Amino acid sequence: MSALLSIQGMSHYFGGLKAVSNFSFDVPEGVIYGLIGPNGSGKTTIFNLITGIYTPTEGRIIFNGQDIIGKKPFRIVQCGVARTFQNLRIFGNLSVIDNIRIARHYKVKSGLFASLLRVPSFRREEEEIREEAMQLTRLMLLEERANDDAKNLPYGALRRLEIARALATKPKLVLLDEPAAGMNPKETDELMGLIRRVRDEFKVTVFLIEHHMKLVMNVCERVKVIDFGETIAEGDPRVVGKDPKVLEAYLGRGGAEC
Amino acid sequence: MHLLKKFPLLAAALCFYIVVTILSLDQVDILNGYFMVIIERSLIFVILAASLNLINGITGQFSLGHMGFAAVGAYVSGTITTLLLKLPPPAPDAIFSGPMLVFLVAIVVGGLCAAGVGFLIGFPSLRLKGDYLAIMTLGFGEIIRTILNNIDYVGGPRGLLGIPKFSNFGVITLFTFLIIVLLRNLVQSSHGRALLSVRENELASELCGVDTTKYKVLGFVIGAFCAGIAGGLLAHLLQLAHPTQYGFLPSTLLLIMVYAGGMGSLTGSILAAFSLTFLTEGLRVAFDNIPSFNLGGTMVRVGTEWVMVIYAVLLILIMLFRTEGIMGMREAKLLIIGEKKK
Repeated sequence: MSALLSIQGMSHYFGGLKAVSNFSFDVPEGVIYGLIGPNGSGKTTIFNLITGIYTPTEGRIIFNGQDIIGKKPFRIVQCGVARTFQNLRIFGNLSVIDNIRIARHYKVKSGLFASLLRVPSFRREEEEIREEAMQLTRLMLLEERANDDAKNLPYGALRRLEIARALATKPKLVLLDEPAAGMNPKETDELMGLIRRVRDEFKVTVFLIEHHMKLVMNVCERVKVIDFGETIAEGDPRVVGKDPKVLEAYLGRGGAEC
Repeated sequence: MHLLKKFPLLAAALCFYIVVTILSLDQVDILNGYFMVIIERSLIFVILAASLNLINGITGQFSLGHMGFAAVGAYVSGTITTLLLKLPPPAPDAIFSGPMLVFLVAIVVGGLCAAGVGFLIGFPSLRLKGDYLAIMTLGFGEIIRTILNNIDYVGGPRGLLGIPKFSNFGVITLFTFLIIVLLRNLVQSSHGRALLSVRENELASELCGVDTTKYKVLGFVIGAFCAGIAGGLLAHLLQLAHPTQYGFLPSTLLLIMVYAGGMGSLTGSILAAFSLTFLTEGLRVAFDNIPSFNLGGTMVRVGTEWVMVIYAVLLILIMLFRTEGIMGMREAKLLIIGEKKK
C-alpha cells in the first residue's frame, strides 16, 4: 500500500500562535484513517491546510504524487480531495439533489452556450447528472427527500447529505470533519455502516476527525492522536486507546487511573 | 420543419416573432400609442430587472450600478446608429429593412461592450463582499454617468439626441422573450446551479470544485450584457440617451424591482417590472393632478419627485411584511423546465 496523502513537516502559525507544528504523516490508500485529539488541538486546521483554505507556513503536502500546496481549493477538489464540514455548510435554499449535482459540476462538458440553447447533448448530460445524483441519494438514505429544500432536513440527514455531496466530486480521498457530531446513537450506528460502504463501493480513502470514541474504535483501521498540533500516538485504534499519553491528553494527568 | 422540432426554442421564437410583428403593425390599432409606450418600457425594465436579479439574487453579489451597464449599451448602440452611420428613421410599416438589421447588430454590439465593462467590474468584485462591493458598483455607475456627461462627441450633458426610433413593440418583445428564456435555461442548468451555490455558501461551493471566481465574473458579464441590450432598446425607443437616465435613482428603482419581485425569482422580476413601471406612470399622472395647496402660509406643490417617496414606503412595507418579495424564490410553472421523473 502506497501513501495516497503524504504530509511532511507541515507547520502553520496564526500570527504568533502555533496551530500545527512539524506535522508529518502518511495516509495509505484504501484505509479508514482517524485523527483524534482534544478540542483546539489543530485537527480542523489540518483539514483546512489539506484542502487549501490555508497555506501552510512550512512543509509539504503530496497528494497522489503531486504537490498540492498553493493550489486553489477548487483545484484541490478537482485533484480528488473532497471534504465535509464540522459546522454544516449546506446550500440550504437548494434542493437535496441540487446540492449533490453542484458537486459534480466541474466534470460537466456542456459549455455555456450549449446550456443556454439546451442542445440535445446538454439534455442527455443533465439526465446523466440527475441519475448519478439520485444514486447517491439512495446510498445516503435521502431518496424520499431528494426534491425538498435542504434546509428542511433533520440534522442527521444533513450530515449524510454533506457526505453525498463530497462523494459526488468523485474523490480519491474523503475528509470527514466530525461526521457524527450531533447525531443520536442510532444515527451514529447507521453512519458507521455508511462509512464502510462508502470506502468499499467508491474505492475511496477515508480520513476522519471525530470525538465519538465508539465510532473511531469501530470504524477506523488506523488512528493518529494529536495534541497542540503535535502527534502523541499513532497506530491500531485498540492499542492507541490504551496509551497513557493519550489518556492523559484527554482526561488530564491522573485521569489514566480512573 | 424537422429543424424546428429539434430546436423548440427557435421554433417558439419564430412563432412569437410572427405574432408580435403582426401586433406591432400600427394598422391593428388595439391600444393607443401612450399605453403602448408604457408596455414597451415595462418590457425593457423586465430585461433590466431580470438581469440585475441574475447578479444580486442568483449569484448573490450586489450591484448598485446596474444602469451603468445599460448606459454603455445605450450610448454605444446610439453612437453606431446615429453618429457613425447616420441611419434614417425607419418607415413605420417596415419590419425587415436594411437599417433595421443594422440596428439589431448595433444593439448586440452595445450589449457586448456592456459585457466587457461588466468583466472589468467583475474582477475587483472578487475581492470585495457585501457593503464594499455595493459601494464599488455605486461608484462605477456614477463614473459612467460622469464620463458620459463630459464627452462632447455624444452630447455631454445635453445627451445623445436624434436617435432614430427603431425600437418597436415587436423588437422589444422579441429581445425580452429571448433574454428571459435564455436566463431561465441558464439558471436551470449545471452552470446556473454553480451560480446559485456561490450565493448559498461560497466556501462550500469552492470546496465542491466550483471555480467561484469564474462564476462571479460570469454572473456580472451576463447581467451586464442583458442590461446593455436593454439600454440600447431604451435609447432607440425614447430617441434619446441622457446621462440622468442612467444615474443612481434608476439603479435604485431596479433594485426595488428585484427585491419586491423576489431575490432569485425571474417570475418575480417580470411581475415587479410591469407593476412598478405602471405604478410610476400612474403616480406621475396622479401627482401632477394634485393642485398646489396652502400649508401655513407656504404653497406646497406635490410634484412627481414624490413618486420616490412612495417607493421608499413600499420597500419598507415589503421588508416588514414580506421579506422574500412577491414570489420569494419560486418561479411560475411556465418558467420551470420539467425534469423527467423516473
